[in-house]
Amino acid sequence: MVQDCCASGNNIMILACSGGSNVGQLSNQAAVELTQEGFGKMYCLAGIGGQLKAFVQSARDVPMIAAIDGCSVGCAKAILKNADIQNYNYVVLTDLGIEKNKNLSLSAAEVGKVKDAVRNACAGQLAATAINAAPSKGGCCG
Amino acid sequence: MDIKVLGPGCAKCQQTEKIVKEAVAEAGITASVEKVTDVMKIAEYGVFGTPSVVVDGEVKSVGKIPTKEDVKKWIKK
Repeated sequence: MVQDCCASGNNIMILACSGGSNVGQLSNQAAVELTQEGFGKMYCLAGIGGQLKAFVQSARDVPMIAAIDGCSVGCAKAILKNADIQNYNYVVLTDLGIEKNKNLSLSAAEVGKVKDAVRNACAGQLAATAINAAPSKGGCCG
Repeated sequence: MDIKVLGPGCAKCQQTEKIVKEAVAEAGITASVEKVTDVMKIAEYGVFGTPSVVVDGEVKSVGKIPTKEDVKKWIKK
């Protein structure tokens, strides 16, 4: 869970709704793969939803969030609203043209489409903050 | 009062520990300040990043160096 102090990954917190439909699980799989690829770090949306202090504080303090909702019900969005977190990059999978259903056999092409959308959603803030800049010597946290 | 600074030991974690100790000294309170460096123990807190500061079991700051004024607010009785 904890991001290693001197990890090479950046500080993008990835929050997926991880719901019980194809789009929910696509959001989860995209978050997993983006984490494995070093784009950011998947984090526990459930912990924020449960109002666990460490999770809410982490989300408030992190410089950048990518929130992924499967559909327009917007569970991730609602959780962030309840935690009074307003600034985040947001992707809704059904807005990408992915139809919501109960088929949990995920398509690699659709996972790729979601990952691209998340990267695109974060691109503006990344460019503005240079969050991916190499850490300065001797300081690598946060 | 029990204060824990979570961080494996990079410069920012050390700076956070220094600031916390200075804040405690300046506030004139009695508190134990413990540096937690074990990654598995840090993970038990559920924080996203380090350095993090925990005051009496409550996570106050995650992934950044707090200001001394912030720390003084947290430890103010």
